Amino acid sequence: MSADMPDGGVPDVLRVEHISKRFGAVTALVDVNMHLARGEVLGLIGDNGAGKSTLLKILCGFQQPTSGRILLHGQEVAFKSVDHARSLGIDAVYQDLALINQLSVYHNMFLNRERTRLRLLSNRAMRKQAREYLERMGVHIPSVDADVASLSGGQRQSIAVARSVYSDAKILLLDEPLAAMGVKEGAMILDLVRDIKRRGDVSVIIIAHNYGQVLEVCDRVNLLQQGVITLDKRKEETSVGELTNLVVAEYRKALEARQRSA
Amino acid sequence: MSETAQRADIAAGRPPGGGVRGNGGLGRLREAGIFVLRQREATIFVVAVLLTIYFGFINSIGRSTFWTKTDLINLTQYWGPIIIIALAEVLLLICGEIDLSVGWTYAFAPFLMYFLITDYSVPGILAIILCLVFGLVVGWVNAFFTVTLGLPSFITTLGTGFILAGVILTTNNGEQATIPPQVLGIGHWIGQYAWADIVWAVILTVACHILLRRTRWGLHTIAVGGNALGAAEAGVNVARIKYGNFMIAGIFGAFVGLQNAFQSSIADTFSGSAGFQIMFYAVAAAVIGGTAMLGGSGTMIGAFLGAYVLAILEDGFAVIGVSAYPLTIFYGAAILLAMVLSVQFARLRGEGKVR
Repeated sequence: MSADMPDGGVPDVLRVEHISKRFGAVTALVDVNMHLARGEVLGLIGDNGAGKSTLLKILCGFQQPTSGRILLHGQEVAFKSVDHARSLGIDAVYQDLALINQLSVYHNMFLNRERTRLRLLSNRAMRKQAREYLERMGVHIPSVDADVASLSGGQRQSIAVARSVYSDAKILLLDEPLAAMGVKEGAMILDLVRDIKRRGDVSVIIIAHNYGQVLEVCDRVNLLQQGVITLDKRKEETSVGELTNLVVAEYRKALEARQRSA
Repeated sequence: MSETAQRADIAAGRPPGGGVRGNGGLGRLREAGIFVLRQREATIFVVAVLLTIYFGFINSIGRSTFWTKTDLINLTQYWGPIIIIALAEVLLLICGEIDLSVGWTYAFAPFLMYFLITDYSVPGILAIILCLVFGLVVGWVNAFFTVTLGLPSFITTLGTGFILAGVILTTNNGEQATIPPQVLGIGHWIGQYAWADIVWAVILTVACHILLRRTRWGLHTIAVGGNALGAAEAGVNVARIKYGNFMIAGIFGAFVGLQNAFQSSIADTFSGSAGFQIMFYAVAAAVIGGTAMLGGSGTMIGAFLGAYVLAILEDGFAVIGVSAYPLTIFYGAAILLAMVLSVQFARLRGEGKVR
């Protein structure tokens, strides 16, 4: 497996140029530039409130940027909705998982891309497919007919991830996919990301707090601090120590500023 | 034991591999019983059966009124209208909304038909269609205030309802209107034929059940009520679902209003207050039938049975000869009792005692 990064000649699958996002008086993102190559896994890190989730929600069409542009395969696009972004091959796993407690596992896995025949739901086909996907991922749940409300946090997370991974998306956005995971389940998700990487045609942006785990699976890391990308390095060029120091330094600086003004 | 069988066991809530074998008939009967109790409609079904036994057998000893054709027609004419409006309320309650104006849409539609035909010489069938369109428009307006302007539907639909009630009273000076002869032919099929109410109600119950359980629309309605943000993140168009369900409520309200007018051959101003009543009956039928007030779950069959319970109480007490005033007391008590039972059964299901 070579990690030949397309520079220059081949356009990146995704480019983000000068994206800013304001919510009223609050500025969540400032002039963010980011790029993602085909088959690349990009780790997006940063402390709470740095704007990671906002950036992700813009990339999947759930929110629109205040300014800036997004290029998909070299073409400028404006995502009108989640459906629109999804139709262009972008799919996300949200931090809040976007699961419906009252629906079964398989209905959740096929939510808004249900299989139908003569406009009626093909429950049998969806049930079978859901079972296959989960088996392939090594996820163990009592039954795909169970309401997701009855599942553990890790199982819910697995279902949310499986939903996106098997959606034929070419760009996957994972917002803290390891958050509610036990050690075993976390390893399973990381294996899944490695699997995707081996396939070579799917690119991934993964948000996580555990820098060690991020560096384990990703090719490159971007650090987001208070809405600004402050670091963009290949994983060989950085370390858990450097990333931790950068985030801690930011905290120290903010603390000092506060003490000075007090 | 094969893996599939084990999985089926787990799906049915049985311990894998245990159960059926060796238990024979009794075990199977117990499982059938558990299956019935696990259904969300179980409580209301039991209540409906008990009331039928009481009014149909125990209380009708010495009188033959309950099982006569006249009395059954009477029962279905209470029952049918509540069902149809309850179906619409189920859809709305599931997606986290409610329509309190539907009773006034119900009252308004026959007047609109009357004015269209007598004052504007609109042909009968077109007038009926325009009344249904009117229902759609009321639903759209309710959805506009609720979804687009973000106000609680409990208030917005109360507002539109009062406006409709006021317009009826003003335009017709509080008088009744006779149904014009032009529409009596088609009116026969809509509501005048003795069994029309229940036939339409059954058809619409089946249709709504399929809509809720077997279509994307139904699935998305549950998703929107269960977790609106999650549904939106998955790409479900939340506004579209809510608009649609409000409009279904409007059109059902107008339709039942026409049915009622054809049945009695008049459009009654006092159905302004009767509209209040049918709306509350419908919401009560939905809720005692197992639909959650807070959204995310509900059942059409439950609403069908819930409407039956309300209708048989009203009809049954009338047959017994309980006068109208104390009847209301019984009625309220019966609704409370049905709700208590419903919650207890749900707890039984939730705690896994019957699993």
